[in-house]
Amino acid sequence: MIKFLNTLSILILPLIISIILIHALINKKPAYEDFTTGAKEGFFVAVKIIPYLVAIMVLTAALRSSGALEILQNFLKPVFDFFKIPIETSLIMFTRSFSGSATLGVLADIINNCGVDSYAAKLAAVITGSSETTFYVASVYFGAVGIKKFRHALLSGILADIIGLIAAIIICPIFF
Amino acid sequence: MNYIFIFLILISFICAIFNHSLDVMINDMLKASQRAVEISFGLIGIMAFWLGMVNIAKSSGLMELFSKIIKKPLLIIFPDLKDNDEAFSNVALNISANALGLQNAATPFGIKAMESMQEKNPDKNIATNSMCTFLAINTAGFQIVPAVVIAILSASGMKNPSVIILPTLIVTTIAFLSALFFSKILERYFK
Repeated sequence: MIKFLNTLSILILPLIISIILIHALINKKPAYEDFTTGAKEGFFVAVKIIPYLVAIMVLTAALRSSGALEILQNFLKPVFDFFKIPIETSLIMFTRSFSGSATLGVLADIINNCGVDSYAAKLAAVITGSSETTFYVASVYFGAVGIKKFRHALLSGILADIIGLIAAIIICPIFF
Repeated sequence: MNYIFIFLILISFICAIFNHSLDVMINDMLKASQRAVEISFGLIGIMAFWLGMVNIAKSSGLMELFSKIIKKPLLIIFPDLKDNDEAFSNVALNISANALGLQNAATPFGIKAMESMQEKNPDKNIATNSMCTFLAINTAGFQIVPAVVIAILSASGMKNPSVIILPTLIVTTIAFLSALFFSKILERYFK
């Protein structure tokens, strides 16, 4: 079952790439030029996140080495152990609704400390990949048009975040 | 964020003094900063590759095609946008661009959608039902391929980072549907 699901996962990317290329071919578009134009952005995306990644990874390193993170995690540990969730992922569950760059930093930190093939790293990766920063999106979109009363928008977003988190915790053990 | 940053680092210093691990902590902090740059540079290749691919999709019209396909089901979600074609098209394009992972392209569509919804809004201070639904489904971050996460895993030496695609897709779809569900239920109680 796991093997089948993993094969399915691996097939998605080649499938999407094929669709993109065949569609460009049918429409007689300059795929190579379009590719290189888009690829230029890749450098800037990577460079742009350096300051955020440095800030958050230094911060989490400080919290871990000093023992402060352990104190915090000891409170949560019984709950996490009960649901068989690795305690290392507790921080990322918290940051994901507030800051996208912080979440990437915490993800990199978890990978760095638990190993890239650990279950904690994979769960953290799924949690990061499946969400957008609720508060950031709200401030950008509603801020742009001057909406002051958000009504139920934030609450719906946060509740969906929680459901997504529960879904990740249930679904990841099936895959990894 | 400023206060949290200062507060957490100072707390760590105090904890480290009690645990006599100040030297270890400073070393780890310096090492972490170096690791952060290594990871960031490791992202360049995959991000360039993926953004190149999605740029083909964008300029060949695949993104527009996708937005046309999702328009029918979207009309059920946004019934009050039936007569506001500009808002509706931009909502569809925003969701399509996000699904492809083109966040930079998605934001202008999203803002344009919000602006045209705002024009029809009787009270400019209060969000309409469609605005709230649109925002809620945007916060669920529906995305077909989580490119940045795959890039980080790959930069850290994972052999098969694409194994996370399917579980991530399932989770993000569940989050998307629950955002929709909650915004539809809650809109009756928030006037």
